[in-house]
Amino acid sequence: MRWRNFIPLAVVSLLAAVLFVGLGLDPKIVPSALIDKPVPQFDLPPLPGKEPGLIAADLAKGGISVVNVWASWCGPCRLEHPYLMELAKVPGIRMIGLNYKDDPAKAQAFLDQLGDPFLAIGADRTGRVAFEWGVYGVPETFLIDATGRIVMKHVGPLRAEDLPGKLLPAIEAARQ
Amino acid sequence: MKLKLLRLVMVMTLFGITPVFAIAVDAVTLKDPVLETRARSIMQGLRCLVCQNQSIEISDAELAGDLRRIVRERVAAGDSDDQVRAHLVARYGDWVLMRPPLKLSTLVLWGGPPLLLIMGGIFLWVGQRRKAPEVIPPLSQAEAAHLAKLTRTD
Repeated sequence: MRWRNFIPLAVVSLLAAVLFVGLGLDPKIVPSALIDKPVPQFDLPPLPGKEPGLIAADLAKGGISVVNVWASWCGPCRLEHPYLMELAKVPGIRMIGLNYKDDPAKAQAFLDQLGDPFLAIGADRTGRVAFEWGVYGVPETFLIDATGRIVMKHVGPLRAEDLPGKLLPAIEAARQ
Repeated sequence: MKLKLLRLVMVMTLFGITPVFAIAVDAVTLKDPVLETRARSIMQGLRCLVCQNQSIEISDAELAGDLRRIVRERVAAGDSDDQVRAHLVARYGDWVLMRPPLKLSTLVLWGGPPLLLIMGGIFLWVGQRRKAPEVIPPLSQAEAAHLAKLTRTD
């Protein structure tokens, strides 16, 4: 056998390896186009009784922010809520809520029942601001550094392992 | 005039070209049919992010409806097709395009299949050439006589 006979085998093996790795990727997770960009301009009213609302400038006032896009009608939001409550205890970060296409009364009931981790909440009734953020489903969680730049995005509910495995290290890195 | 149009539609249907008058049902469409047609052709090239292999034109997902509204808004505001697409790409990345653009990060995607085809072609060609049958010289007189002796049946 000459070495040349192995070329097709090598090419096919390489292709198989690449495709096999590709099978493991989750096609539902779309990489964000906004990483390393400043947060988009927006101005949102609050949930009733939780004044003031939320404007983009709030996120560039210094300090790291976690922006969580959520809705009371979203099942996975309920699942991740305990981890948001946990994140709210981390010193030096501000928890911000973006309430997506929700009924304010139901949103308030959700927070009354499960706890309110948020310092401020913007109510995005039409989903228009979420579009500016490139949101395509709830929940999504963004990490904003002190200058108001988006440094990370997590799509889908936060799981127990995402805090030590993903968010906390990213928060530490953003502090630098 | 009306009959002519009907005839045209019938002939098109015969050839499997169904004229599509409406796909996704939207309450609000653009009044100007030229703009609406343009908006729809842009929608065809935009991927619905929650149903991924459908364009937003045919998807009934809520997000697709929101994106259709935004496309119509931009078209009505006088954006060119490319500007509308750029507006969405800025927020959702190249993923939102049904047809990924050719750039450094998509080089393997676009270049891979032709490259594999060329490599396969070269391999076949080289293999074929090496195996090409040699020209067999005719039997010499002695060989022919020998063969005749071996195959004689008496």
